[in-house]
Amino acid sequence: MRLVLERRAERSRLMTWLSPVLAVALTLLAGAVIFSLMGLDPAHALYVYFLEPVLWWWSLEELVVKAAPLVLIGVGLAVCFRANVWNIGAEGQLTMGALFGSALPILWHEFQSFPVMVLMLMMGALGGALYAAIPAYLRTRFGTNEILTSLMLVYVAQLIADWFIRGPWRDPQGFNFPKSVQFEGWQLLPTFGDGRMHLGAGLALVAVVVLYVLMSRTLKGFEVRVVGTAPRAGTFAGFSSKRMVWFCLLLSGGLAGLAGICEVAGPSGHLQPAISPGYGFTAIIVAFLGRLNPAGVLVAGVMLGISYLGGEAAQIDLGISDKTAQVFQGILLFFILACDTLILYRIRLLRSQTAYGDAGR
Amino acid sequence: MTGLEAVILTIITASTPLLLAAIGELVVERSGVLNLGVEGMMVVGAVCGFVAAYTTGSAALGVLAAVLAGMAMSLLFGFLTQTLATNQVASGLALTLLGLGLSGLIGESFTGLPGVTLQPFDIPVLTDIPFFGPILFGQDVLVYTSFLLVFAVSYVMTRTRIGLVIRAVGDNHDSAHALGYNVLAVRYGCILFGGACAGLAGAYLSLSYTPQWVENMTSGRGWIALALVVFATWIARRVLVGAYLFGTVWIMGLYAQGLGIGIPSQVLSSFPYLITILVLVLISRNRTLTKINTPACIGRTFVPDR
Repeated sequence: MRLVLERRAERSRLMTWLSPVLAVALTLLAGAVIFSLMGLDPAHALYVYFLEPVLWWWSLEELVVKAAPLVLIGVGLAVCFRANVWNIGAEGQLTMGALFGSALPILWHEFQSFPVMVLMLMMGALGGALYAAIPAYLRTRFGTNEILTSLMLVYVAQLIADWFIRGPWRDPQGFNFPKSVQFEGWQLLPTFGDGRMHLGAGLALVAVVVLYVLMSRTLKGFEVRVVGTAPRAGTFAGFSSKRMVWFCLLLSGGLAGLAGICEVAGPSGHLQPAISPGYGFTAIIVAFLGRLNPAGVLVAGVMLGISYLGGEAAQIDLGISDKTAQVFQGILLFFILACDTLILYRIRLLRSQTAYGDAGR
Repeated sequence: MTGLEAVILTIITASTPLLLAAIGELVVERSGVLNLGVEGMMVVGAVCGFVAAYTTGSAALGVLAAVLAGMAMSLLFGFLTQTLATNQVASGLALTLLGLGLSGLIGESFTGLPGVTLQPFDIPVLTDIPFFGPILFGQDVLVYTSFLLVFAVSYVMTRTRIGLVIRAVGDNHDSAHALGYNVLAVRYGCILFGGACAGLAGAYLSLSYTPQWVENMTSGRGWIALALVVFATWIARRVLVGAYLFGTVWIMGLYAQGLGIGIPSQVLSSFPYLITILVLVLISRNRTLTKINTPACIGRTFVPDR
């Protein structure tokens, strides 16, 4: 018996929307299997993992805190991947955004009036965009593959941040802990609700709306889709693929940088070595789960936010490692990619050689 | 032990995992498949090798487990990209993300435990030769394997029919299919070989380089191996040169750190990554050199028509 793909006459619209649902369902199923292998009651474990985080008001707020950076980065990456530009170094751009944005409150701590927040956010976006400009320049100038360069730069960014936090930017009154001074006043993002939800969530929503309009209603959005699906046609239409690389990397880098400074000026309130729990990488999954569509990314960001919260909850309630969250995220991406095959193909199981011959027509 | 001898010995240990992973990926890419999951396969190989060796007490079983784990991971990638024709870049990323998570989960209760060390060869007389003895005859089996693999791959790729078929599949899968070769089967084979090599590289890290399990202990070596394949312009012998060049740079950084010349340790730690970027730029600047050897169908999915 073998599995054979049969190309559909056209993309299946039904499957385009059904595939992520199917992928989530399969991930839950895989989760149940993994939990029972770990000797846990699968129903209870799944409840703790995926349902409890959305049942309480405080955990919903926490979910928004987790989802905001994922959505901010994810929408940028969605545009990138649409255009076939593979920026996988968002984690590094996030780190650089956090560093750039933190420069003001650390170096000029007395500056605590409203403008400082605006400047910090701008600096954050600038830092991320500048850092993403490196792979963009290398790709357009020398033809260097952006996948490897952007990823290598993640390690470099984390080392640079580490040097700053352990070196010149360490809080002199911090008992030698590797962290910066605590931000004060408008150096912190305004919060809502019980004080955890911050402005980052608002920025994420704005980014979703702007990029949704850009992708579906403007020439630029059309350009992104043409260059991504048919680069040759794009060339004939006068779209420059180099300009596209720059646009995508600066955009996604800027958004990742913004997410970085929001993390520092939001939940943590100071710079520390662990700026993000891998949001830049998880956002890759967010982009794919959201069909590389800004609106979809919003939903996907919330879903992956749940996986982070569920991981923490499972650690406390079930006594299992929070690393299961990362495993679920990886499995989810696999299932999304596998289910996406159904958009372009039908899957046939062929039983024997004769069946193969008959189908061969 | 003289200073130079110690330096050379550490260079070998730094280069071997890069060499093992890169030579596997070279075969994969020659068949027209881009597997960005090297890091993921390597880290799962490392943790499985460590756990197997720790629980059985046998380093050999550890190596075996690492190879099998690497192959299992690559099989997942093969099923997705070959049978289900998914995007190879995205699937490779998925493999890396899954591998990093999975290895963290598997290895959590083994962190910091004293591991089993893969014993180096000790041939009477030969290993006792000053200077050359320990370098040439005192390595562990994986170091010799890495060299053997380079020569074997180089020979198979350029001198045998199998190599010709692999290259044909990688350069033009439609023609290879029309000639009656089973493109997917060839690619599955190459992907599995790449997984086995990445597993070996992982085993070297957790059984020989530092015989213990540390989370994310591959620290980007899988990605550097990918860059090495580009650097080597898909030619096996050049992978050997590239891996040792990288190993040398890596170790020089560590030694400079040890000497305490006023450079922050972070600068030195970032050297391997910066040099990877530099090397990629230098290679890709030379368009003709890369164009000649790049497998034409790399990264493109193939669905056999029926």
